[in-house]
Amino acid sequence: MTQPVLSVRNLEVEFVTRRATLRAINGVSFEIAKGEVLGVVGESGAGKSVTGLAVIGLIDPPGRISGGEIELSGTRIDHLSPEEIRRVRGKRIGMIFQDPLTSLNPLYRIGDQIIETIRTHTNLSESAARRRAIDLLAEVGIPAPEKRIDGYPHEFSGGMRQRVVIALAICAEPELIIADEPTTALDVSVQAQIIALIKRLGRDHGTAVMLVTHDMGVIAETCDRVAVMYSGRIAEIGPVQEVVRNPLHPYAKGLMGAIPTLAGEDKRLVQIPGAMPRLSAIPPGCPFNPRCAFAFDRCCVERPEPIRQGTQSVACHLFEPAKETAA
Amino acid sequence: MLAFTLRRFLQAIGVMLAVGIIAFAMFRFAGDPVNQIVSIDTSAAERASIRQSLGLDDPVLVQFGRYFINALQFKFGVSYQFRLPVSSLLAERMPATLELAIVATIFAMVAGILMGVYSALRRDTILARLFQAISLIGISLPTFLIGILLIYLFAVTLGWLPSFGRGDVVKLGWWSTGLLTVSGWKAIIMPAITLGLFQMTLIMRLVRAEMLEVLRTDYIRFARARGLTTRAIHFGHALKNTLVPVITVAGLQFGSVIAFSIITETVFQWPGMGLLFVQAVQNVDIPIMAAYLLMVSLIFVTINLVVDILYTVVDPRLRSTVGRAA
Repeated sequence: MTQPVLSVRNLEVEFVTRRATLRAINGVSFEIAKGEVLGVVGESGAGKSVTGLAVIGLIDPPGRISGGEIELSGTRIDHLSPEEIRRVRGKRIGMIFQDPLTSLNPLYRIGDQIIETIRTHTNLSESAARRRAIDLLAEVGIPAPEKRIDGYPHEFSGGMRQRVVIALAICAEPELIIADEPTTALDVSVQAQIIALIKRLGRDHGTAVMLVTHDMGVIAETCDRVAVMYSGRIAEIGPVQEVVRNPLHPYAKGLMGAIPTLAGEDKRLVQIPGAMPRLSAIPPGCPFNPRCAFAFDRCCVERPEPIRQGTQSVACHLFEPAKETAA
Repeated sequence: MLAFTLRRFLQAIGVMLAVGIIAFAMFRFAGDPVNQIVSIDTSAAERASIRQSLGLDDPVLVQFGRYFINALQFKFGVSYQFRLPVSSLLAERMPATLELAIVATIFAMVAGILMGVYSALRRDTILARLFQAISLIGISLPTFLIGILLIYLFAVTLGWLPSFGRGDVVKLGWWSTGLLTVSGWKAIIMPAITLGLFQMTLIMRLVRAEMLEVLRTDYIRFARARGLTTRAIHFGHALKNTLVPVITVAGLQFGSVIAFSIITETVFQWPGMGLLFVQAVQNVDIPIMAAYLLMVSLIFVTINLVVDILYTVVDPRLRSTVGRAA
C-alpha cells in the first residue's frame, strides 16, 4: 500500500482552562490517501474543526496538542517549531474556512493576497506570481480573471469569494486541503458548484482532501470515505457507501436516520434523544452511552476501542466479543 | 466621489457660517469694547469718535456683513489692546502653535502606535503592563500638572531643558520656525510631550484594542493558514486594518490639540495663538477672541473634511459605496 498523505494517530487536543483541562480530541486516528476525499461529520462541538486546525498547526493557546502523532507524507508535523509549521501551512497544506465573506482581508486586492501567498512559498518574481494568480483564478472558475484580479473582496459575491479562498488555498499546490465547512455559508446552488470544484481540484492534482461538514448530502456526494465524530472521538469510519447505507455505530445509525428523504413516506424523522455531553462532563466509558438505546453495563465503564468490521471501523462494544473487565 | 467631496465641502461651509454668526455675536453681547479701550476720564465726544472709527454704531446687519466679508479676506479687525490688525497678530503667532501641535501629534501617533502595537502583540509582558500604567497616568493627570512636573524635573532639577519660550527662531518668509535650531528643538520637547501625552495614551489604547480585535478576525486566521510570515500578518494585514479608525481619531484630535494648546502654551509661556487668546480673554479683546474662534473652527472643519476623504483612500469598500451613491 502506498504511503498515505495524511496519517493521524491517537491525536489528543486539550484546552487548559482555569477550572479544568478539557480534552476536545481524545484518541483520534485516521488516514487520507493521495487523491482521496475524507469527510468528517458530527454535531457541533464533536471536534471536527479542532481536528482540522490541529493538523495545520493552528490550535491557539490555551489549546494544545497533548498526544499522538500527525504525519504528512511520512514526516511528522505535530512537533515542529512555529517557523517550520508556518512553512508547511499554505505550502503543503491548504485550508479553506467556513465563511468566505470574512476570510479575505477587506483592504487588500484579491490579486495582492494571492501574489503575497505565492511569493511567501515560492521564489517566483512579482510578475510571474501575478500570471500564476490569474491562472489560478481561471482554474477556480472566476470569469475574466485578468480583470478581476485587481478587485477588492467586497466586489465579489459569496460564491466567488469562496472560489478566491480556494485559489488561495491551492496556490502552492499543497498535498492536502482541509476544507472546514466550505459550503455552510453559501446558498444551495452555489454549494453544489463549490463542492464540484473542490472535488475536481482534488482529482486533477491528486490532492488529498479533508472535508469537514455537518451536511450528510455533501458527504454522500463528494467523499470517498467518511468519519463520524462524537465527543472528540471517531465513532465510525469507513467507505462512504457503507457508512451511509449500513451504519454500524448506534450514533451513526441515528445520524443517518435523521436525514430527510424526498421519497418521504409519511414517516417521522428519527431523532437522537438528548444532546452531546459538554467537554467538562463527558461520561465515563463510551461518551454516547446516556443517549444510546443499546447501552449495557460495560458501556458505562469501559471506553470502546475501534474495531474492524469489514471495510468499516467502529468504536462500539456491540461489535466486540465480550471480555472480562478487571474486577 | 466628486459629488461626495462637494457635498462634504458644502456642509463645511454651512458650519463655518454658523460659527461666523456666533463669533460676530460676541461683539454685541460681551460688553462694550469702547470701555475697555478708554480710561475713566475720556470725554463722551472722544468715546463717540472711537465708537465711530471702530464702526460700532452702524446697524447690526451692516456690521455683520462687513465682518463677514472682511473675515473672508482674513481681516478680523483691529485688536483693542494692541491696536494692530488681528490677522497679523495671529499670523505672527500661528507658526509657533502649529509647530507645537504638529510635533505633539507626530509624537503622539508614533509613540501611541508603537506602544499600542507592542502591548497588543506582547500582551503579558512587563513592558506591555508598564505601557498600560503609563496610559492611565496620561489619561487621568491634567495637562498643566504634567507640564509643571516636567518643568520641575528637567528644567529646575536637572537643568537640561529650558522652562519657557521657543528658543532661537529662524525666519522663513513670514513663517518663523524653531525647528531649525538646537535651542528650538530643546524648547519644544517638553511642551510637545505635555500637549501630546493625552493623545498618545488615547491612540495607544485605541490601537491596542483595535489590534486585538483584528487579530481575532477570520481573515487573520486565514492569513495564518496560508503560511504568511508573522511579520507580514501583524504589520501588513493587522496593522493596516487597525489604522482605519486610528486615522479618524488622530485626525480629529489634531483640532483639539490646537484648542488644548491654550493650557500648554500658558504653562510654558509658548508664544503661540493660545497664549494670545488667554491674554485677549483677560483684556476682553473681542476681535482676537472672535478671530481665534473662527481659526480653530476652520481648522476643525478642514480636518474633518480631510479625514473623510482620507477614509475613502484607505478603505476601498467606502470608495465604491461612495462612488455608487454619487
